[in-house]
Amino acid sequence: MDAKTENQRGWLYVLPVVVLVACNAVIPLMAVVNYSVQETFGNNVFFFEGVKWFQQVLHSERFHAALLRQLAFTGIILVIEVPLGVAIALAMPRRGPWVSVCLVLMALPLLIPWNVVGAMWNIFALPDIGMLGRLLNGLGLNYNYTQQPFSAWATLIAMDVWHWTSLVVLLAYAGLSSIPDAYYQAAKIDGASSWAVFRYIQLPKMKRVLTIAVLLRFMDSFNIYTEPFVLTGGGPGNSTTLLSIDLVKIALGQFDLGPAAAMSIIYFLIILALSWIFYTVMTRGEGQS
Amino acid sequence: MPLELRSVTKRVGAHAHIHDTSVRLAEEGFNILLGTTLSGKTTLMQLMAGLEQPTSGTVWFAGRNVTRIAVQRRNVAMVYQQFINYPNFTVFENIASPLRVARVPAPEIDKRVRRMADLLRLGPLLQRRPAELSGGQQQRTALARALVRDADLVLLDEPLANLDFKLREELRDELPKLFAGRRCTVVFATSEPMEALLLGGHTAALHQGRITQFGPTAEVYRRPVDLLTAQVFSNPPINTAPVTKQAGSIVLSDTVRWPAQGHQQQIPDGPYTIGIRPHHVSPVAGGHTAARIDGNVLVAEISGSESTIHFSHGPLTWVSQSHGVHPSQVGDIARFHLDVGQCLFFDADGRRVA
Repeated sequence: MDAKTENQRGWLYVLPVVVLVACNAVIPLMAVVNYSVQETFGNNVFFFEGVKWFQQVLHSERFHAALLRQLAFTGIILVIEVPLGVAIALAMPRRGPWVSVCLVLMALPLLIPWNVVGAMWNIFALPDIGMLGRLLNGLGLNYNYTQQPFSAWATLIAMDVWHWTSLVVLLAYAGLSSIPDAYYQAAKIDGASSWAVFRYIQLPKMKRVLTIAVLLRFMDSFNIYTEPFVLTGGGPGNSTTLLSIDLVKIALGQFDLGPAAAMSIIYFLIILALSWIFYTVMTRGEGQS
Repeated sequence: MPLELRSVTKRVGAHAHIHDTSVRLAEEGFNILLGTTLSGKTTLMQLMAGLEQPTSGTVWFAGRNVTRIAVQRRNVAMVYQQFINYPNFTVFENIASPLRVARVPAPEIDKRVRRMADLLRLGPLLQRRPAELSGGQQQRTALARALVRDADLVLLDEPLANLDFKLREELRDELPKLFAGRRCTVVFATSEPMEALLLGGHTAALHQGRITQFGPTAEVYRRPVDLLTAQVFSNPPINTAPVTKQAGSIVLSDTVRWPAQGHQQQIPDGPYTIGIRPHHVSPVAGGHTAARIDGNVLVAEISGSESTIHFSHGPLTWVSQSHGVHPSQVGDIARFHLDVGQCLFFDADGRRVA
């Protein structure tokens, strides 16, 4: 009586997602794979080259240098932003009217477009007219981010910390807010020190959100392009040429499509591998629930 | 080692959480704090523990004023509604944690933890983490942590509320055995009158930050001093109705009246409020003196062995609860029998007079 009717129209529901993912991820990725194994001299004529570009990129010192800079940058900002974010979250009030004030203040840097952040710091740090640059030089420091690699790095890291620590703060704060008061009372009854409360209650309870925070900060900082591009453009020299900046130089500056495509794929695989390692290490030994 | 509150109050801003309260807890058996949510059970416990400072008044323990003594130096233990354990410690380490803070030597810790784990049937689970335990096992771990330190005062704040029905019954049966023979004062907060009756001991009925009555549980249940206590200590809610006593009769409505019984004969004529528990309102006539009351059936529920029927009589809604299955249809006119000898009489101020 009630025979099951086959209805292929159901596919229409997933069509928007399929189209979106195809245009957004699958087709570009296929194009990149395509470019990475071919050589062209124009006229839309392509020759198959196999893994030549991959070998070239993997053996190029320029790529090694950029990768090293990238790893250093990501490492430094993770080491600064995660503990700092947790510390700020711990210092924030848990209830009362100041909670929303703090949250709004914390969210502000996250609302600013990335290129605007770069432009702000570019002007802010200028040694002649920028507030920060004038101040530092006024204090007797020799600071000029357009000429000294160290100044450029310091500015770049300060900018990223200013821009992104809030994300860690908000996630850590959400994790802290989810801990019932009874935990703190129980610890108080036990006579646990505030270090013990942090180490044995707050940190384990924040572990999940901190895993997400570290992963997000790792991936975003490893992909960072806009802010250093606007701030230093990769200079002085190549001192702040991170992977993505180098990639754009190769792809658009030199128009070496093959090597750029190969580098993109290697870049992507590195992020994938490192993310997996981070995730595995951070969720190791966790219970089922 | 009795715990005593003397004229304790707790105010937060303009809001009074606990009104002037004086109570001396029993040393034997459970001290049950019975009240609805927000009646002040948790605040009262925190005052007893020393987690909160009273706004005025003093807390005494074993004849000593402990009001200003910090909680960690009072040797109290507390178990909560949520299952509170250190998330990344094993069950063993969780139970051992209060002993480690107290710097008990390791072999002694091992002995005491294992004894406690056996008592709470956690023996095979000692190496697990809380996330790998069921709710019941997590709460057992929390209980073991509270018991292992031989605290002078153990506070249990609705410890069974988050458990499944079956586990709740199981643990409730075990609790009195766990505390038997221990020299400690036990306070147990609950919002369920049935739980108070099952655990026995003494009960303090709480209403809006005030202890309305404190005494042996059965006594508080059978002879509540006032209407509020009777209401707190009844589930389903106690039926209340205005009545008038005149010429030796109690008049509830045009059709419901009965000759005054027992103590009811001694109270002067005038208006009263009666309270009668749902299980004294039955659809079948019993052997006792009963007044018949007819009503419109509003809700009829049968839960296996019990029938619960809500009906209206005039402007009032009544609840009847009786053993056995008594089917009735919504909208029926049904006849019920009030066991009038069991009626509680309250005067205009809500105090019980008969």
